[in-house]
Amino acid sequence: MKSGGSLSIWFFIGISLAFNGAVIFARGIYELMYPPAIQVVLYNLHANVWWGGILAILGVFFSLRFSPARERARMSGNS
Amino acid sequence: MNPALALSSSTLVHLSPVDLVIIVFYFALVLAIGLYLKEQANTGEDFFMAGREMTAWVAGLAFLSANLGSLELMGWAGNSYKYGILAAHWYWIGAIPSMLFLALVMMPFYYVCKTHSVPGYLKLRFGQDCQVLSSISFALMTVLMSGINMYAMAVVMKVVLGWDINFSILVSSITVAIYVALGGLRSAIFNEVLQFFLIWAGALLIPILGLIEAGGWSGLQAKILQNLTELHAANPGSYTHVWSTLGNFSDNPMGINWAGIVFGLGAVIAMGYWTTDFLVVQRVLSAKDLRSAELAPIIGAAFKMMVPFIVILPGLLGLALLRDPHTGGLLRLVPADLAWSKAGQAQGLHGYDEVLPLMLARYCGPGLLGLGITALIAGFMSGMAGNVSAFSTVWTYDIYGALINKNATDEGKVKMGRWITVIGVGISIGTAYLVMHAQSIMDYVQALFSFFIAPLFGTVLLGMLWKRATRAGGFWGLLAGTLSSIGMYTWGKLDSTSVRYLALSDKAQDQAQNMFRALWCWLICIIVTVVVSLMTTPKPDNELKDLVYGLTPIPKQQHVSIFHSPLFWGAVVAIVFLILQVIFW
Repeated sequence: MKSGGSLSIWFFIGISLAFNGAVIFARGIYELMYPPAIQVVLYNLHANVWWGGILAILGVFFSLRFSPARERARMSGNS
Repeated sequence: MNPALALSSSTLVHLSPVDLVIIVFYFALVLAIGLYLKEQANTGEDFFMAGREMTAWVAGLAFLSANLGSLELMGWAGNSYKYGILAAHWYWIGAIPSMLFLALVMMPFYYVCKTHSVPGYLKLRFGQDCQVLSSISFALMTVLMSGINMYAMAVVMKVVLGWDINFSILVSSITVAIYVALGGLRSAIFNEVLQFFLIWAGALLIPILGLIEAGGWSGLQAKILQNLTELHAANPGSYTHVWSTLGNFSDNPMGINWAGIVFGLGAVIAMGYWTTDFLVVQRVLSAKDLRSAELAPIIGAAFKMMVPFIVILPGLLGLALLRDPHTGGLLRLVPADLAWSKAGQAQGLHGYDEVLPLMLARYCGPGLLGLGITALIAGFMSGMAGNVSAFSTVWTYDIYGALINKNATDEGKVKMGRWITVIGVGISIGTAYLVMHAQSIMDYVQALFSFFIAPLFGTVLLGMLWKRATRAGGFWGLLAGTLSSIGMYTWGKLDSTSVRYLALSDKAQDQAQNMFRALWCWLICIIVTVVVSLMTTPKPDNELKDLVYGLTPIPKQQHVSIFHSPLFWGAVVAIVFLILQVIFW
C-alpha cells in the first residue's frame, strides 16, 4: 500500500494498537492480582484483560504485516 | 466566560498514571508521524493533495474520520439521549445516500477536472466571482469550526478531567500546527486514519458492556420505556423508533416530521455537507485513481452506518441505565446551560453532552479510560487538523493564488501553505476564546452549516448537472442562498414566533429548525440560479467539457471483477442501509 514512503500508515496504527493494548492488558492482569477498592460496573468481566489482549494482538499483526522491512521488500519486488 | 469553565470544581473522571502514559504516547506518535512525513511534502501536489496517491481504504477512512470529531461524538451521543434513536438519522439518511451520490455521480467530475478544491471547481464552471465568494465563506467557516473544535475540547477536558482550558488549547493547537505544517494533507490524513482506529478501540466497549448490562436490545427498549414513563416524558415509546413516529410533528421528541428528515436533512444538509464541504471532499480527491476515488466514499459510508453503535447506542444506554450514585434514583441529564449554571453545579447536574464520558467512566477502569480519553482528544485534534488543512488549501489556491499572487510558484505555494497553516491555527485560537461567550456551541455550528453549505450544494449541483447554468446564475444563486439563510437565522433569533413559518410547526426544536432553514435557502439558491441563468447567456459547450454531465467523457476503467466495482459495493451499502431502516422502523 503506497501512502507515504516505506512506512505505511497501517504500521503506525499497528504500533499504536500494540502499545495501548499491552498497557491495558498489563493493567488488567495487575487488577486481577490486586483488585481495586473502587470497581467499575461489570468489573467481573475483566474487560481490560480481554480487550487489551485483542488490541495488542491486532496491533502486533499490523506492525509485522506492514513492517518497514516487508514494505521495502514488497516495493522492490514491484519495481 | 462560559460558566462551565469557572464552576467545574469536581470532575467526572480521574486519570491514573497508566491513562497518562497512553495519552502522552498518542501525542508523541502524532508528532513523530508529522516529522516523518515532512520529507514527502515538498511539492504542491504532495502538501495539499497528499500526492494524489492514497488508496481507497486510506482515503475512505480519512473521509469518514474528518467528520468523526469529538464534537460530533459527544454532541450526537447527547442528542440521542435527548431525542432518542431519531438522532441515528444523521448517520443513516443524513449520510449514506449523499455519500453514495458523491461516489457514483459527482466524484467523476471532481476527479476528471483535477481541481484542488471545491471553490476551484466553481472557478472552472462559473468563473472567479463564484470562486472568490465560496472560498471566502469556506475559509471563514473552517477557521471558525476549527476554533469551535478547540474550545469544545477545552471545555470537555475541563468538565471531564479538570484540566486548565489554556493548557488544553495550547497543547492541542501547537501539536496540530506542527504536524499539519510539516506533513500537509498527508500528515492530516495519516492522523485521521489513526484516530479512526483509536475511536473504535476506545469507544466500542461501551455499547458491548452496556448491552450486556441492559439485557440486550429488547431489555434496553423496556428499560427506556419504563424510565421515561416514570419521568412522565411525552411519547416514551418513540425513543427507540426511527421512522414510525415521524408522521406528525407532535409524535416524536424532536418535533419534526418525515419531510424535514427526508428533504431538509437527507436531500439538502447531508448532500451539501458530504458532496461540497471541501473538508471531506479533499480527502477523496487525494485518491490515487478514479476507481479509488469512487470507492473511498463507499467505504466511508459502510463504516458510517456502524457509527451509531458507538455514538447513538451509548446515549440510549444512558437513558436506560444511568442512576444517581447517591440516591439510586434515575439520573436525568439536562441542557448544558442548566447543568453549567451555578444552581446546576450546586445540585451536581450533568449536561446531555456528558453522557458519553459518563458511560465511559461507568465501564472503563484505568488504561481503558485513558484510551477512551485519548480517542476523544484524537477526535478533537483530527477535526481541527481537517479544518486547518482544508483552509490552507483554499487560502493558497483560491484566495492567495487567485487574487494576491497569480504567478506564485509551486515552491512558493508550499511555503505559503505551511505559514497559513500556522496562521490558521492562530486565528482558530482567537475564535476559541471568542466562542467562550456563545450560549450554545452546537447552535453556532449548525448556523454556520446552513449559511454556507446548503446554498453551496445548490450551486455545485446545478453546475454539474445543468449545462444551461450561467456564470451570473451561479454567483447570484449562491449569494442569495447564503444571505437568505443568514436572514432567516436572524429572524428566528429576533422573533421566536417565526418558527411556525420557518419550520412549519411551533413545536419544532433546534435541529428541526436547522433542517427547514437549510431546505429553504437551498431552494432559494436553486430558483435564483435558474431564473438568472435563463436571463443570461450560457457558456458554449466546448468550454464546459469535463465540468458538466453530458459533456464529460468519464475515463473508461480497466476491467475489474464485480468485487472491485464501486457500483456493486454501492448497491451493497444501499441494501444494508435499507435493512437497518426496516429493523429500527
